[in-house]
Amino acid sequence: MKTLKVVHYINQFFGKLGGEEMASIPPRFEDGPVGIGELITSSSHGEFEVVRTIICGDNYAAENLEEFKKVILPWIEEAGPDLVIAGPAFAAGRYGTACGILCQEVEKTLGIPSVTAMHPVNPGVDLAKKDIFILETGDSARQIARVVPQMVSFARKLVNQEKIGLPGEEGYIPRGIRINVRDQRRGSKRAVDMLIDKLQGKNFETELPMPVFDRVPPAEAISDLYEAVIAIGTEGGIVPEGNPDRIEAHNASKWCRYSISDLSRLEKGKYEVAHGGYDPVPANDDPNRVLPLDAARVCEKEKQFARLYGYYPVTVGNVTAVRSAEKYGKEIGEMLKKDGVQGVILTST
Amino acid sequence: MEEFILKRIRIREIEFGEKTEISGGVLSVNREELSDLLMEDSCIANVDLAIARPGESKRIIPVKDVIEPRCKNIDGQDSFPGFFTDANFPSGKGETLVLDGMAVVTSGKLVNFQEGLIDMSGPGAEYSIFSRKLNLVLLIEPVKGLGKHEHERSVRIAGLKAAHFLASYAKKISCDEEERFSVSSLDKLYKKAPDLPRVVYVCQAIAQGLLHDNYFYGQNAQGCLPVLMYPTELMDGAVISGNCAAPCHKHTTYHHQNNPIVEDLLKEHDKNINFLGVIVPPVRTALAEKERIGYQVFKLAQMMGAQGAIISEDGGGNPEADLMIVARHFEKNGIKTVIITDEYAGSDGASPGLADVTPEADAVVTNGNGNQKVKLPPMDETIGFVETVEHITGGHEGSLLSDGSIEMEIAGIMGSTNELGIENLKTIAI
Repeated sequence: MKTLKVVHYINQFFGKLGGEEMASIPPRFEDGPVGIGELITSSSHGEFEVVRTIICGDNYAAENLEEFKKVILPWIEEAGPDLVIAGPAFAAGRYGTACGILCQEVEKTLGIPSVTAMHPVNPGVDLAKKDIFILETGDSARQIARVVPQMVSFARKLVNQEKIGLPGEEGYIPRGIRINVRDQRRGSKRAVDMLIDKLQGKNFETELPMPVFDRVPPAEAISDLYEAVIAIGTEGGIVPEGNPDRIEAHNASKWCRYSISDLSRLEKGKYEVAHGGYDPVPANDDPNRVLPLDAARVCEKEKQFARLYGYYPVTVGNVTAVRSAEKYGKEIGEMLKKDGVQGVILTST
Repeated sequence: MEEFILKRIRIREIEFGEKTEISGGVLSVNREELSDLLMEDSCIANVDLAIARPGESKRIIPVKDVIEPRCKNIDGQDSFPGFFTDANFPSGKGETLVLDGMAVVTSGKLVNFQEGLIDMSGPGAEYSIFSRKLNLVLLIEPVKGLGKHEHERSVRIAGLKAAHFLASYAKKISCDEEERFSVSSLDKLYKKAPDLPRVVYVCQAIAQGLLHDNYFYGQNAQGCLPVLMYPTELMDGAVISGNCAAPCHKHTTYHHQNNPIVEDLLKEHDKNINFLGVIVPPVRTALAEKERIGYQVFKLAQMMGAQGAIISEDGGGNPEADLMIVARHFEKNGIKTVIITDEYAGSDGASPGLADVTPEADAVVTNGNGNQKVKLPPMDETIGFVETVEHITGGHEGSLLSDGSIEMEIAGIMGSTNELGIENLKTIAI
């Protein structure tokens, strides 16, 4: 049996450094298991070996998250583990946050499987559940003798890349992510059966509870439009001829920006549609109808605003995942803000 | 009482031969005869034909439409009304012949991004009913300089012509299976089952431009208000697809001809429900149009006295606004509603998968997340142009790997998340 190397993350209390009075200590590590780390080894019957234990004060972690990640990640990488276990954190909010953020970062940056465990109301859950598995615990550390072996057997599945079952079967907190599965009945039959149940007043269960959307509060009004720098941008996929950065026609993986500083309008043939969600023929004929550069230059000439920003941001908003769209929106917003743009006209298709 | 009869002729093999004929379940196709017929269209420079059978190591790409060969068994009338004959004849009545087990697949040079892929074996084949059909593929080369709209129209009509041409060879032979459907007026339906809940089916059909259009009786649905149809009219080609939207959730013409919701509602008709008919609304882009059409759908359902409804989506994104508008009208007026859709929840499944929502939509069937990634192994033969995978919906730069395998989203596989529920894919939350 191959021994699997584990890095274990715990807080100051489980690291036996002290209670709340020690909550501000910065991260440190010890090679080998500390405290409940022994339980990881024993409940895995020696299959898991805790090669390094990282300990950090709860306040330090919660107040210095970026620094926390920056310091700890190299220590983990150096130990070369097969797996990272964090916690269990039970209902301790700062500890749970640190465990969640750390596991998220480990999976994202190092590509190493990780597992943590906490109570469903722990704020660490909402921060990290979409990216990692968080096993469900009660709110008290008295359950530790039950929880650690459960983490060990779940972690073994992760490392061995075994099929992970549903939340109820495996004991992790529902992650709110949707996976494709096969049903016994085809979709049309399920719809007809659901309708009959609904008509007969029987219980029925929707397969897709309505998602909840974020609301974006509108920005403050521009105080002096005549002095403002204005940008134009679009999700309509207007790109230079040949789509040089190959923005995808659907579920775009990127946004780009292109210079328009020397242009008074977008010439037919020099710009084209990369978007797969609408009839491209009219906009290929006149790209200004999706990205209205010609009209913006007229307004600029009439001094309706101070100046048109020299680039336009563009992506393809065609069945693009909301998570990606949020990221592109933030990045575009930051760029515009940094470059002193006060207003932007975003056209959509 | 009027009747509609589907006479199915099972096709168990397709081959090229000297003579076009059907004999003992074998469809023999004279290549020249069929390509000459399609070349009558002066926009088409060349037609090549290929056969793809279930289990073969073949990949068809880019696919525009899939059509089941059907024709009427009555002189002077035809399936696909409005395309080959005057639209002014009673579709969905009388006898229609079906070549069962096969399909005509239109392919050839890419018109635009929305076209898809069919694998005849391997993991990709698990996602599509078309991988389980004997496919006759039309590789259509347009004349130089042909515009996109004209190119799409020529390919669409070529597919219908081929399907109609092949089915007409079934006129002289006996069928393997006969399915009979009664075509009843509303008053007869009400009288026959006065105590069963009255149900309508609303079948969205996108009408938004190039590769986003459907045709009602040969007319582009862009200019239409919702149409009320007998369920059997769909089986007779009253709705034709020029829609590719995303390949995973476009309704091909085959899907319209074999609408599984119609089939499954008919199975419950006179048992648990009284299935009154199908309302086919176009889906336009502007909100004012969505509201106008949504209200007309509701009005028709209300006039018919509907108590329950299924609404199926066509495409994704903006048609969800139409879904929610109709669901709101229906539920607020006591018409119990089930929506059938698919999702774009991101490759990680962590994003909200719909573009619009309403609290009234409390009964939804989902046919899967189109953003799911899939790796498809190389195939021995490509029918069409494999490099287009990097341009089509679901593909990206780098989709085609050096060994010929493909990394893409299932969004690029024809019908993988079909919103009529012809497959059994769905999502669950974990």
